[in-house]
Amino acid sequence: MTNETSAMPIYMDYSATTPVDPRVAEKMIPFITESYGNPASRSHPYGWTAEKAVENARNEVAKLVNADPREIIWTSGATESNNLAIKGASNFYSSKGKHIISVATEHKAVIDAVREMERLGYETTFIQPEPDGLIDIKKFKDAIRPDTVLASVMMVNNEIGVIQDIDALGKACRAEKIIFHVDAAQATGKVEIDLEKLPVDLMSFSAHKTYGPKGVGALYVRRKPRIRIEAQMHGGGHERGMRSGTLATHQIVGMGEAFRIAREEMETENAHIKKLQLRLLSGLTEIEETYVNGDIEKRVPHNLNISFNYVEGESLIMAIKGIAVSSGSACTSASLEPSYVLRALGRSDELAHSSIRFSIGRFTKESDIDYAIELLKEKIGRLRELSPLWEMFQDGVDLEKVEWAEH
Amino acid sequence: MIYFDHNATTSVHPEVLDTMMPFLAAQQGNPSSNHSFGRNVQTAIEEAREKVANSVNAHPSQVIFTSSGTESNNTIIHGICRSYPDSHFGFSSIEHPCISEPIKSIESRGFKNTQIPVDINGLLNVSALSNEEQKNITFLSVMMANNETGVIQDMPAIIKWAKSRNIQTHTDAVQAIGKINVDFEELGVDAMTISSHKIYGPQGAAALILNKKIDLYPHLMGGGQEKGLRSGTENIAAIVGFGKACERVQKNIVIINNEVKKYRLLLERELKGLGAVIFAEQTERLDNTTFFAFNNIDGSTLLTALDRKGYAIASGSACSSNSSDASHVLLAMGVEPELAQGALRVSLGIKTKEGEVKSFLEALKTEVSRLKQLTAMAA
Amino acid sequence: MAYSDKVLDHYENPRNVGSFDKEDPTVGTGMVGAPACGDVMKLQIKVGENGIIEDAKFKTYGCGSAIASSSLVTEMLKGRTLDEAQAIKNTSIVEELALPPVKIHCSVLAEDAIKAAVADLKSKKK
Repeated sequence: MTNETSAMPIYMDYSATTPVDPRVAEKMIPFITESYGNPASRSHPYGWTAEKAVENARNEVAKLVNADPREIIWTSGATESNNLAIKGASNFYSSKGKHIISVATEHKAVIDAVREMERLGYETTFIQPEPDGLIDIKKFKDAIRPDTVLASVMMVNNEIGVIQDIDALGKACRAEKIIFHVDAAQATGKVEIDLEKLPVDLMSFSAHKTYGPKGVGALYVRRKPRIRIEAQMHGGGHERGMRSGTLATHQIVGMGEAFRIAREEMETENAHIKKLQLRLLSGLTEIEETYVNGDIEKRVPHNLNISFNYVEGESLIMAIKGIAVSSGSACTSASLEPSYVLRALGRSDELAHSSIRFSIGRFTKESDIDYAIELLKEKIGRLRELSPLWEMFQDGVDLEKVEWAEH
Repeated sequence: MIYFDHNATTSVHPEVLDTMMPFLAAQQGNPSSNHSFGRNVQTAIEEAREKVANSVNAHPSQVIFTSSGTESNNTIIHGICRSYPDSHFGFSSIEHPCISEPIKSIESRGFKNTQIPVDINGLLNVSALSNEEQKNITFLSVMMANNETGVIQDMPAIIKWAKSRNIQTHTDAVQAIGKINVDFEELGVDAMTISSHKIYGPQGAAALILNKKIDLYPHLMGGGQEKGLRSGTENIAAIVGFGKACERVQKNIVIINNEVKKYRLLLERELKGLGAVIFAEQTERLDNTTFFAFNNIDGSTLLTALDRKGYAIASGSACSSNSSDASHVLLAMGVEPELAQGALRVSLGIKTKEGEVKSFLEALKTEVSRLKQLTAMAA
Repeated sequence: MAYSDKVLDHYENPRNVGSFDKEDPTVGTGMVGAPACGDVMKLQIKVGENGIIEDAKFKTYGCGSAIASSSLVTEMLKGRTLDEAQAIKNTSIVEELALPPVKIHCSVLAEDAIKAAVADLKSKKK
């Protein structure tokens, strides 16, 4: 347990945010110190240098997902991309109808934007995924109505890492002329995305989940067939009128570089991370009464979400201070509510409460994995010694049949 | 290259960069995460919030971080129309498009607006509105200092007028902060926009300062950051840099009011000697900004010529530099379109040297006389 | 969440973890809370012939504050009469551990656990 005393824990929260790759930081810094300039200033070279760098970065983002650079709109992050896509497209195409389909396990930014459309008079259907976290395509098709205008489904789930069948869902949307938005914030650099083949109309990206800086993201807006969106940020007319506001050149440059590295290194990197995931999985499942949340096959190698039965999540997080992980998604871990994603999979409150998301990445080492396994084994053992539920389980008591005094 | 376009964007001050560096390069957490990585960055954000609040005499709890001045302005307009469905928006005819365009974009949803004219001096002229028009307004947005002319509005009088009519008020203080004293509390506005990259901070961070009397509906929805008023993972490095930049605001004002003002006076004296018209010359303006034009000289030709000689200046605002339209600010002031078309802006910064201004003037003299000869030959 | 040093101490080194035979007539068992709420406390007291609590043990499923609250309570209970035990209020636990507002329910649960244990013992005596 050598890391117990070191200043910072081992980082296993890559799905909350990734560290900035040093190569990315190196590219960004000259754009803060030397080549500053407002990319919209067309009258002097300061502006031109900035503009060129921005267009180069746009190219890199487009290349990673096999899109045309003209289909990439910069935003301040995936939250803004999701808001822009959902509000912008459903408003623009409202004459087709006012029904939106999404999924109960989407990121809050999608759920809240869809809920906002509900308040503005739209009807919504949130599909419940199967217990493995995946969407039953039949249930998705059944949810489609003649007035469905937009469907929004995330490619990779932030909490459980499962990968949805975007191709099949997209085809179902195409057949019914429904605008299809995909939140791919957790997917870039982890799964191959080919927008020339995928029937997707709008796709959200984030830099800081792919070793780029925080504060920048992008929205893919398909050109053929042309998809239109109503701007949500007005003034100045940047990004062909779809999104105004001065662009942070250094951040955009950072996103471009991060996506370039992702494209070039994804294959080898994923093979390495997959090995680590399997090592972590086999180590942790040696512990009794553990449950993997979400399908284990259709999942990115970066994620492992496990419930440790009979120990409570928050005390578990406290116990494993040597590693930085999260219980539920980062955005909700400050609240005492069990993860809504795990609840949507039909997990009991207890199992939802005792879940830990391990998310690993580019800088995770094998020794980190071994350390985590040892740490978990020791601490789970200790907490279970403390747990009256574990004692009852050992005594053969069926906890389902106990009448609890809920408070 | 000599940079005279500080109203478009400023370079990041070395002290600001130093504070940002650890957040740019090293491993960072998500501020929402409940572990030491997350907590460390959360602490950094709260420290920055305090510095931002101090720089404009507001309370830290009134500071909402956004990604840009444009976003702050969109957040207030779109938010107000959702929380106050009977809103009628008043705004000056010289506002930045990121105020006027969101206001116009909600016309289709039934929100009315009234554009308030300015006089030839660039000052808001409320009395030009009829009583009926004045009565309709429920929300007023007026920029504290104009990005093109540098004209400083008489905010106390405007706020007094608005308050007497129970009008909610917002001011875009993006150009004012760091050049003149900005005091949120004393001003008594309900909301105010400030931005980092105009005050030697990085791009990517800005704030909406909000009086809690205003019930604001969020524009960006999701993870519930910034007390639910602005969702999205915080741009930590930029926010930390913004905080540091705000800490330096008073120092900058001293430099601008003393050093830079002298250079601008020199500049304007010489410009007038060359026959230039200085817009809003008699009005109280930012000490770093000169907006001028020459009769019978094409502005874009002059701009290009100066650029070749190594001087970065602007024609109108950065956002509209690429359009050949004449400055909407000058047109609103009643300037002749032909003259407005050729307008050029010099905006000096805290590191501007007297020598730079002098060499610029030399270059300008040469170019102006060359262009005048060409014009004379053509005539 | 920043925990006080006292919470951390009780959490890292919990006192009196374990179980007594709940069929023992001198043992009172209180089990409160529910797994679905994220915390379950089992508190047991063992009373001598003089009616004074000789020993106390606990097991808790819950957050750090819940574990610390129950650990602290086992220490407080020793040497008290049943009436004195019942007089323990959650506020004294809050104070002792400097619990933040969001964790006050942990102290309430601990108080409930004491009451339940005493009631169990009394029902055995009847």
